Amino acid sequence: MLDKLKDFLSHFFVTGEPMIYGADVAILLTLAGIIFVLTYLKKWKWLWREWLTTVDHKKIGIMYMLSSLLMLFRGGVDALLMRMQLAFPQWHFLDSNHYNEIFTTHGTIMILFMAMPLMFAFFNIVVPLQIGARDVAYPFLNAVSFWLFFFGAMLFNLSFVIGGSPDAGWLSYPPLSGMQFSPGPGQDFYIWGIQISGIGSLASGINFIMTILKMRAPGMKLMHMPLFTWSVLASCIIIIFAFPVLTVTLALLFIDRFFDGHLFTMTGGGNPMMYINLIWMWGHPEVYIVVLPAFGIFSEIVATFSQKKIFGYKSMVFSMMIISVLSYFTWVHHFFTMGAGANVNVFFAITTMAIGIPTGVKVFNWLFTMFRGRIQMTQPMLWTIAFIPCFVVGGATGVMLSAAPADYQYHNSYFLVAHFHQVLIGGVVFGFFAGLYYWWPKMFGFKLDDRLGKWAFWTWNIGFYVCFMPQYALGFMGMTRRIYTYDFDMGWGPLNVISTVGAFFMGIGFIFQAWQILHGIKYGERDVTGDPWNGRTLEWSIPSPPPHYNFAVIPTVTGQDAWWTIKKERKKKKAKETATFSPIHMPKNSGIPFIMSVFWFIAGFGLTFHWVWMAIFGLTGVGACLLARSFQYNSDYYIPVDEIRHTEDSVGRVG
Amino acid sequence: MAYATAHHEEHHDEHDEGIKVMGFWLFLVTDCILFGALFATYAVLVNHTAGGLTGKEFFEVPGFVSETFILLTSSFTSGLAVLSMHKGKIKPLIGWLIVTLLLGMCFVGLEIHEFQTMVHEGATISISAFFTAFYTLVSTHGLHVSVGIIWMISITIQLKRYGITSVTKRKVTIISLYWHFLDAVWIFLYTVVYLMGVM
Repeated sequence: MLDKLKDFLSHFFVTGEPMIYGADVAILLTLAGIIFVLTYLKKWKWLWREWLTTVDHKKIGIMYMLSSLLMLFRGGVDALLMRMQLAFPQWHFLDSNHYNEIFTTHGTIMILFMAMPLMFAFFNIVVPLQIGARDVAYPFLNAVSFWLFFFGAMLFNLSFVIGGSPDAGWLSYPPLSGMQFSPGPGQDFYIWGIQISGIGSLASGINFIMTILKMRAPGMKLMHMPLFTWSVLASCIIIIFAFPVLTVTLALLFIDRFFDGHLFTMTGGGNPMMYINLIWMWGHPEVYIVVLPAFGIFSEIVATFSQKKIFGYKSMVFSMMIISVLSYFTWVHHFFTMGAGANVNVFFAITTMAIGIPTGVKVFNWLFTMFRGRIQMTQPMLWTIAFIPCFVVGGATGVMLSAAPADYQYHNSYFLVAHFHQVLIGGVVFGFFAGLYYWWPKMFGFKLDDRLGKWAFWTWNIGFYVCFMPQYALGFMGMTRRIYTYDFDMGWGPLNVISTVGAFFMGIGFIFQAWQILHGIKYGERDVTGDPWNGRTLEWSIPSPPPHYNFAVIPTVTGQDAWWTIKKERKKKKAKETATFSPIHMPKNSGIPFIMSVFWFIAGFGLTFHWVWMAIFGLTGVGACLLARSFQYNSDYYIPVDEIRHTEDSVGRVG
Repeated sequence: MAYATAHHEEHHDEHDEGIKVMGFWLFLVTDCILFGALFATYAVLVNHTAGGLTGKEFFEVPGFVSETFILLTSSFTSGLAVLSMHKGKIKPLIGWLIVTLLLGMCFVGLEIHEFQTMVHEGATISISAFFTAFYTLVSTHGLHVSVGIIWMISITIQLKRYGITSVTKRKVTIISLYWHFLDAVWIFLYTVVYLMGVM
C-alpha cells in the first residue's frame, strides 16, 4: 500500500531534478507569500471584488498584461537555459529530454501565453477607448475569456512540477505526440492548457468584432476608425476563422490518445500529415493574428510622434485586410519538403511571397509619415524605429524561405530559427513594448522613466542582433533546430557562444524594464492631463487612468483623428463646453467567469491524467455555471448623474 | 436608479439583445469552420479502413433516414415555436419547444442506439482511421444536439417564469438559430457520411 502510494507520488510530482525541486520551493514560497500578504493587509475581499469578479475591460486588460509579462519571464528563462546548453560543444548542462521539454514549453508559452494575452491586453485597454465606447460588446464573456486564458496557462505551467512537461515541440506533431511515443501526461497538459485558453481567444475574437462594428461613437464611420482599431478588426477576423481549426486539431489529437483512435497514428490507416496540415491552417494565420495589432500600434505611434496624420490611411486599411485574407493561403510553406508536388508548392510559394507586398506598403507608409514630420524621440518611437530595419531583414529572410526549392536547404535549420525570431521579436515583441510605453500613462496615470528605458532599449536591441545574426550563419553551416548538443569538429562553437551572449543581453534588457516599472510606481512622472503625448485619438480625451465608465459624455466624431479635431476646434472657439450628464448603463460584476474557469481547470486536470471522474465533475461544474448565468436576469445597473459628476470633479473635469 | 426612465431602459435593452443575436451569428460562423475541419478530416480518412471493415457494412438505411426525419421535423417545430412567440402566444410557444425537445431526445437516443449496435458488432472507434473519423464527426454533432437540449430546457423554464420579454425573446431566437444550424450540419452528415457511405 505504502509502496504503491510512493510510486504514484514519484510519478505525480516530478522527482530527481534539482531544478524542479528549486521550482517546487519557489512556487510554495511565492504562494505562501501571496497568501500572507493578502491576509496581513486584509485584501482578500478587495481582490475578489475589484479584480477577480470584474467585468471592466480596462482591469481585464491589465490582468492580461501582468500575466503575459509573467509568462514572458518564464519563456525567457527557458530561452536562456537553451542558449546555455548550446553555448559550447559537448556541453552537458541539460540532458536531452530536459532540453526537449524546454524548447517545447518555450515556443508554446511565448506564442500562446505571452504574445496572445499581451495582444488581448491592448484590445481590452485601447479599443473601447479609441472608438468612444463605454465597454466591449459582451463584458461578461470578456471576463470569461480572460479567466479561461489564465487557467489554461496555469494548467500548462503546472506540467513543469506535476506529471512532467510536454516534449514533442510547440506544435506537437504526431506520431511523436501520440500515445506510443509520448505516454506521459505532458502531452495532455499541452492539449488541455491550449484548448481551454483557445476557447477564450475565440470568444474574444467574436467579442471585439462586435465591439468594433456595433459600439462606435456616433459619427465614427469605419473609415474614421483609428488604425489600431482597424488592425484589431483584421486580427479578430483571422481569429474567428483560424481558432476553430485549432480546437478541432487538439480535440482530434486527444481522441487518438484517449480513445486509442487512429487519426494520426502510423498504424490503423492514420495520416500524420493531416495533423500537420490542420495545425498550420491555424498556425500560420496565428502569426498574422499577433503581428497585425503590432502594425496598428506602430501606426498610432508614428502619427502621434511625427505630429502628422498617418500617410496613406486607406492603403493601410486595405493592406491589413489583404493580409488577413492572404494569411489563410500560406500554411503549406511550413512543409514544402513534405512531397506535395511542384504545383502545390508553387501556389503556396507565390501566396507567401505575395503577403510581403501589403506589408511593404505599410513600411513605406510609416516612413512617409515620418518624412518631414516633427519627430519626437520618445520611448515608444524608439522601439518603432528599431522595428523597421529589424522587420525588413526578417521579411527578406522570409522571402528567401518562401522560395520552395531553396527551402529544401533551409528547412528546419537554424536559419529558420533566426528568421522567425527576427519577425516575431522584431515585429511583435518590439511592437507590444512600444504599445506598453505608449499606453502606460493611460493605464496607470504615470510615465515610465526615460533613462532606464533607454538602457532597456539598447541592451534589448544590441542583444537581439548579437543573438540572432550568428544563427543565420549557423543555419547555412548545417546546424539544425531541436538538437541539444553538437561535436567540436562541426565548427559551430564560436558562433553559438556569441549567440548565447546576445541572449543574456536581452535578459538584462528585461530586467531593466522590470526595474523601470518598479521605479515608475514610486517616482514616475504623473500624468494629470490625460493627454501626455498630445495624442490624436479618443483615448487621450479622457482622464488617466479613465473612470470605470470611460466617457462621461459620449463624444461625437466627425472624421479621422477625432481627438485632434476636437482639440483644434476648442482652440478656435476658446469656449469651455459644458456637458450635461445622463445616467450610465453598466454591467454588474460577476464571480461566475472565475468560478467557471476553475471548473474548466479541474476538468482539464482530470482529462490530463485520464481521471474520468474528475473530468465529469469539472464539466458538470462548467455546465452549472452556464445555467446559473442563464438564470441571472438582474445583471446591470445605472450609475446616477450625481456620482458621475462627483467622479469627474475629482479628476479635475467640470461638467 | 431614479434617473432610469422606463423609456431609456427599454431602448437600451433592445439594442443589447440585437447585438447578442448578431454575435451568435458570428459564433455560428466559427462552428461552421469547426465542422468544416472535421468534415475535411473525415474526407481524407474515409478510405483509410486499414484493410478492414467499412461503413457500408454498418450503416442501416432505416436508422439514419428516421434520424434525419426526426431532426428535420424538430427544426420545423422550433420554427413554429418562434412564430408563436412573434404572435405573443406563450402557451403554443412552450408547447412547440417541448415537442422540439422530445424530437431532439429521440434523435440522440437513436444515435446512441446506432453507435451501441455498431460497437457491439465490432466497429469500435479504435479499429481504423475511418471509424475514428466517423465517430468523431457524428458524435460532435450529437454532442451539439445534447447541449442544445439542456439549453432549451433551461429556456423553457425561463419562459414559464418570466413570460415573453425582450430577454427571453432573444434567447428563443438564439436557440432556434442554433437548432436550425445543427439541422443544416446534419444534412451534410446525411449526404457525405451516410448516403455516400452506403452507395
